[in-house]
Amino acid sequence: MAGGDKITVLNPMGYPPTVTHKPLAPRLETLDGKTVYLVDCRFDDADIFLKQVQAWFAEHMPGVRTVFKPISSVYTRDDPATWEEIQAKGDAAIIGVGH
Amino acid sequence: MTIDHKYGVPTVAFHTQPFERVVRSVTQLNGMPRMRQVFVPQPVMGKTPQQLRAYIDGTDPITGRPVMQEVIEGLTMPLDDEDLKQITFERSTPRLVEPDTEENLHRLFQDNLWTDYLPIILPTEERVAAMLAHTSRKPDEVVGHMRATHFREYWEYTVEKVAVNAVMAGAKPEYFPVILALAATGASARGSTTSSAAAMVVVNGPVRHELGMNAGIGAMGPYSHANATIGRAYGLLSQNLQGGSVPGLTYMGSQGNNYAYTNVTFAENEERSPWEPFHVQHGFKPTDSTVSAFTGCRSTSFTLGLREKHWREHTRHMLLGMDAHNPPTLLLDPLTAQQFIDRGGFTSKEKLIDWLYDNARLPASEYWDYQLIQNYIYPRATFGEEPWASQLKVLSEELIPMFRREDIHVVVVGGETNGYWRIMGCNYQKTISVDEWR
Repeated sequence: MAGGDKITVLNPMGYPPTVTHKPLAPRLETLDGKTVYLVDCRFDDADIFLKQVQAWFAEHMPGVRTVFKPISSVYTRDDPATWEEIQAKGDAAIIGVGH
Repeated sequence: MTIDHKYGVPTVAFHTQPFERVVRSVTQLNGMPRMRQVFVPQPVMGKTPQQLRAYIDGTDPITGRPVMQEVIEGLTMPLDDEDLKQITFERSTPRLVEPDTEENLHRLFQDNLWTDYLPIILPTEERVAAMLAHTSRKPDEVVGHMRATHFREYWEYTVEKVAVNAVMAGAKPEYFPVILALAATGASARGSTTSSAAAMVVVNGPVRHELGMNAGIGAMGPYSHANATIGRAYGLLSQNLQGGSVPGLTYMGSQGNNYAYTNVTFAENEERSPWEPFHVQHGFKPTDSTVSAFTGCRSTSFTLGLREKHWREHTRHMLLGMDAHNPPTLLLDPLTAQQFIDRGGFTSKEKLIDWLYDNARLPASEYWDYQLIQNYIYPRATFGEEPWASQLKVLSEELIPMFRREDIHVVVVGGETNGYWRIMGCNYQKTISVDEWR
């Protein structure tokens, strides 16, 4: 192969999956009178952070009921029990702190 | 994402600033590019409640907007046309790169972040075909699936795709079955973890001699073509077949890791070991050829030999120096392996592992206070997972095991120029037959 000749080589990348759209849940009209779950992903002091979010709601939006809820295990695992509880008893969720 | 889409609960997620590109990428690839996100400064870890409250009262460092305003709007602002648009990404990877000169292709591969910045061999059709000639498997057979971290999507790869990366690494075609077996583990050597992990590879059985692998002097260093290029191929195939290893996007290792260039790849010195080979411990016959993959390699401690008076204390101190979430694999020169028999009477690896398990202990309060234990083990303990649930109940000063017994391993490697030995903190993944990929 001379330096200036064109050659053909293969692409080294693997095959990605097809990505399909997943719709978001409808948003709420207001948070007043609603229950917002503060979901602790249990990573790097997220609990301390979310308790400050809880304090913010108590001071600025007292009409919002907040529930502090740690996930059932580590953040690497799905947690259907927690999601079902929030679906049944809550109106919205704030999850943190991801990295 | 699951709770918003699958359970229909409007959700906002908090993240720290350096992860913005990761978050945008992951939500896009999961089909939810408009998932509501709010960012706060890094770090959260170690900050006081007052400092974290300042984050909440402050502004999002990405958008410059008030943090809590973004949270409230994320839960209450109606979805717009962009949210409701039906998006489908039909992505595919072309088999060939557009023809060009060698110089331009080398630049292209580097610009596309397909290399490790060391020179590569361009994967021409002839070179890839030569690699493929060393396996009975068909080029389009699916070898496996790999991803950079648990929250990213799996990518798929074929025998031919593995061959392309093996060529790039400079591997000889006869190494290909070992490289295919490594790819078949599905364990990435380019994990995205912020902890900057690399992989480790141990080869056992007759294939070590067939390929001229080094198990003796300098086995873990740059002194064997097979060791070097098989390990490099594992790194390149991981980054390219899982969809990339791009700093700030698909690689978040804060400090990086030099082990990642060739992934500590070596053959076990079975001939000079006084014990059973590693693959036999894992259910294979001595005549089988295998490759074993370890991930999470970050920490190493070392010493020389075992002193008669204080070898127990010295070894214990080395174990206590490991992070409690990074279990030990002992890499013993044959001289030291024999010393463990002479000093401690460990006539099998299992007996040595029992001793290591019994002696790697910390006061419970210290163990549970490790940050990685808090992140990954404490949550599992609080919801009843053993053995940690029982260990959570012991008094704070009582000694508890740092590691599970099954996570401790021993491998013999080295050329007996001296009795140096190391402990590698790492996670054993699996052992795969090389013979099945011939």
